[in-house]
Amino acid sequence: MIRLEARPQPSQAMAYATPVLAVVLTMIFGGALFAVLGKDPVAAIATIFWEPIFGEFAFFYRPQLLIKGAPLVLIAIGLALGFRAGIWNIGAEGQYIVGAICGAAVGLAFYPTESALIFPLMVLAGALGGWAWAMIPGLLKVKFGTNEILVSLMLVYVAEQLLASMSLGFLKNPEGFGFPGSRNLQQYPSAHNAELIAETGMHWGVVAALIAVIFAYVLLSRHRLGFAIRVTGEAPRAARFGGVNPGRLILFCLGMSGLLAGLAGMFEVSGPSGQISIDFNVGYGFTAIIVAFLGRLNPLGIVAAGLLMALTYIGGDIAQSQLGLPAAAIQVFQGMLLFFLLALDLLTNYRVRIGTAEVA
Amino acid sequence: MDLSAINPVLLIAAMIAASTPILLAAIGELVVERAGVLNLGVEGMMITGAVCGFIITVNSGSPTVGFIAAAMGGAVLSLLFAFLTQVALANQVASGLALTLFGLGLSALMGQSYVGIKPPRTETTPLGPLADIPVIGPIVFGHDLIVYLGLVIIAATWAVLKFTRAGLILRAVGENHDAAHALGYKVKRIRTLAIMFGGACAGLGGAYISLIRVPQWTEGMTAGVGWIALALVVFASWKPWRVLLGAYLFGGITQLQLNLQGAGVAIPVEYLAMSPYIVTIIVLVILSADKSRAPGSLGRTFHASS
Repeated sequence: MIRLEARPQPSQAMAYATPVLAVVLTMIFGGALFAVLGKDPVAAIATIFWEPIFGEFAFFYRPQLLIKGAPLVLIAIGLALGFRAGIWNIGAEGQYIVGAICGAAVGLAFYPTESALIFPLMVLAGALGGWAWAMIPGLLKVKFGTNEILVSLMLVYVAEQLLASMSLGFLKNPEGFGFPGSRNLQQYPSAHNAELIAETGMHWGVVAALIAVIFAYVLLSRHRLGFAIRVTGEAPRAARFGGVNPGRLILFCLGMSGLLAGLAGMFEVSGPSGQISIDFNVGYGFTAIIVAFLGRLNPLGIVAAGLLMALTYIGGDIAQSQLGLPAAAIQVFQGMLLFFLLALDLLTNYRVRIGTAEVA
Repeated sequence: MDLSAINPVLLIAAMIAASTPILLAAIGELVVERAGVLNLGVEGMMITGAVCGFIITVNSGSPTVGFIAAAMGGAVLSLLFAFLTQVALANQVASGLALTLFGLGLSALMGQSYVGIKPPRTETTPLGPLADIPVIGPIVFGHDLIVYLGLVIIAATWAVLKFTRAGLILRAVGENHDAAHALGYKVKRIRTLAIMFGGACAGLGGAYISLIRVPQWTEGMTAGVGWIALALVVFASWKPWRVLLGAYLFGGITQLQLNLQGAGVAIPVEYLAMSPYIVTIIVLVILSADKSRAPGSLGRTFHASS
């Protein structure tokens, strides 16, 4: 008989081993899925994980790693702060969109003036936009006790409609021959989030992500507020007796994750994407949830997880064009990874014992 | 703007149809939550049901078989959630999110060769002469079987929860799983069954969208209905008949904004399309003050040793 025994302390070794195990299991089951779809499983897995870094055209794909990884890490860092405290912001996708809209709107307002001040202003606007969008569920939760999961998610759909409205109306390119979408910020030097070092994919978003990682690491391990976040997540009652103000913590966690998601959106719209358009958002806000868990809600882990997720995006694109693997297969692959992670977490918190139980 | 283009009788009939997917998903989730489990994967189960129902209906030519397949598809997917939360003791919020992300991907994968196909028509119930009664006919008797099935499920859920032993046990498990366990009830088994019922209902609701409301398959076509259903359970204070009321309210708003779009009201389409989500938020705010009705063990992991 198999039974579970709660560990007095979560196992450290297992905490590090489970993400790796989950990735391996996902590769095996993902390979099986690809085989069902009639593709060579080994080739598909190799294309996804090997080709982008070591393949023939790696020089072209490697920069993509930073371009796709930066928004994932930025968003996931913010989400992880909240998840640690039991505050579930799952509307990062909406905050990402609103950040992009605000950033782009500020940039476009100055068009075609050239000034070194425009880009910093756009960064500020993007951060504020994402922050404000996340403060809606935050304030409603603090004031009325409304569920932040549902409100933040509803606001994703509202933000998507807002994005459609902006790209068809307010921010539409007046010289765009009637096509939906804004002016391309890549062609507007003052607002362009260009590569800092050519051919590396290194742009300001990557810098911001690194700063966010360091900031979150110091916050969680060295600062009183980080301690309050951890205690609230692990023992809410103890936190309250210890003098943690739950309302303020909710506003901080939601606000911070919104701010970082907004920044991610702003760096994306002014750089790799270039313009506000109806299909601007590609689900980074949701994938970042997987990244946060895969990184064990730990800032350094999130960097590794973000890069791995970026790899599956790039490898997925390659597999799509070379092997004809459907785009949705990668989505399933990423979902599978989250499943295995959650299931394997059992090993961190419990010991699996085989044999009959002694009567307690 | 031409509001006279909106026929009130047809509008009300369409509102009832529009509320059916929300109603089905919400009553399923209500049972799950009354058993003490918070399944945030409703959206994923709905979209999976939508695609399963669509594929089977197109291939078999029978919507009835399609709806059965949709319910089964939703239930099978929900088993994954049951495994994660009941066996692997994973966090319910995270597992529900995983289910939604996975379901959205899986459905897109399954449905990719079905985009743009028109499914066989689902017949309305042959209530013949009754449906010809002016005004009342189209509103009350002019629907397909699933609309009535939804109402039957609501009534049955209410009756089972209120009057039967099975309902009492289910509520006991949801209110205090330790006490229920001490009394000898199989907490995990009961919860797993509740989760499967929720999955089946969500699957039916999803298939209603892909087979009758739209009827077509597009990726991500449930567009947040599953999340609105989750909000609806809170709105309903975990009471079956209030789910009906809430579903009509949300379905009504969805349908009304579609009709207003059609009538060419001066409000831009995007802002009308936002309205169901904004109304959901407003309703949540108004009703969140009273949480006393929530099942006592909602969202808590059960392990017999603790």
